[in-house]
Amino acid sequence: MRPGRARLGRVVVLIDPYRQDLTLGLVTEPDERAARRTLRDQIARLEAQLAECVTTAFSTRGEVPFQVSGVHGPRVLGIAELERVRDDLAARLGDARRELTAHGLAQERARVRLERMLLAPGRHKFARVAAAEIGDGGCGVYQVRPRLGIIGMLAGWWHVKLSSGCPLAT
Amino acid sequence: MSAGAAPERGWVDAELAQELPELALWTVTAGEPPARRSPPEVRERLGMLASRFRGADAVELRRRPVPHAYRVFFRQIGLDPDEQRTPVEEAAMRRLMHGGFESRGALEDALLLAVVETGVPVWALDDGSLDGPLGIRGARAGEQRPRADGFADDLPAGRLVVADAAGPVAVLFGEPDARHAVTRATTRIRLFTLQVAGVPDVHVEEAFWTALDAAWPR
Repeated sequence: MRPGRARLGRVVVLIDPYRQDLTLGLVTEPDERAARRTLRDQIARLEAQLAECVTTAFSTRGEVPFQVSGVHGPRVLGIAELERVRDDLAARLGDARRELTAHGLAQERARVRLERMLLAPGRHKFARVAAAEIGDGGCGVYQVRPRLGIIGMLAGWWHVKLSSGCPLAT
Repeated sequence: MSAGAAPERGWVDAELAQELPELALWTVTAGEPPARRSPPEVRERLGMLASRFRGADAVELRRRPVPHAYRVFFRQIGLDPDEQRTPVEEAAMRRLMHGGFESRGALEDALLLAVVETGVPVWALDDGSLDGPLGIRGARAGEQRPRADGFADDLPAGRLVVADAAGPVAVLFGEPDARHAVTRATTRIRLFTLQVAGVPDVHVEEAFWTALDAAWPR
């Protein structure tokens, strides 16, 4: 070994997506256990957040990707394997959050449309918003329709009606 | 049997204990096999449990502390809990697939009640086939897992197993090997469970108590 240079162990980057921080450490052999423990803690946190996303998606009747493949266990995983599990979980969590955000935005847009229909039905003739679009269950559809049919259409009497339930099975 | 039998802590390989300090195995000797058919009150209890347990509960399970702890542990040891389900989620899935918890015999029903009510899985072994106390360790090179058909599967070195002094008894979170499973020839049953980080002792005791009380009512 040349003077002034120490032999260093592997470099392990510990990224904690929860805390949004980055720890760059030079890991020597005895530290590897601590590194694995940190990675396991991160996996636990990511799993908790992914579980939140999955249950939130279920309650909003959405669907988020959540499957993260295993590493042919059960066994004590090394740093590289734990990192892979953590990274996969983080990626899946990112996907799930993006899905949920997109789903939430679509619901919000549908709610705004419905509010506008309710405020000024005459300006949104025959516009429709499905109850599922605003996160409600069932098959109901809000639609701007004329009161009293053709009379309301000619007189400009418009209102929002909620259709009743799901169609009967044939 | 005695529903008041005290659980005993099993051994954990020293290196494994350093790596996963909160992993523990608990055993309790339950005694003679119970009657083959569950008493009506246990079947009724299963029915009530099934009616309280719906699809939303199955999804919500992963957020409850004890089932969540097992999910996390699965991830940490390289298992995908959505592919190889944790025992409580497996029971939940069975409930959804079959529309209820069907009775499969006194012992199976007792173990099912324990896992559904507490989230902690309990397995039963033929005590007579075991050599000494149970523990957890990594499989050694060349060790095998016998199958019911007489053949055996190789266990990769390092695979986490529940073992006695003679060798592996079951892969961690797997069903017991054929030669240690409870059969009609079994004269004494030993129950065991696995405790992981995030599962309080009281849940382990409760799981044992639930299983013992259901299979061997006082």
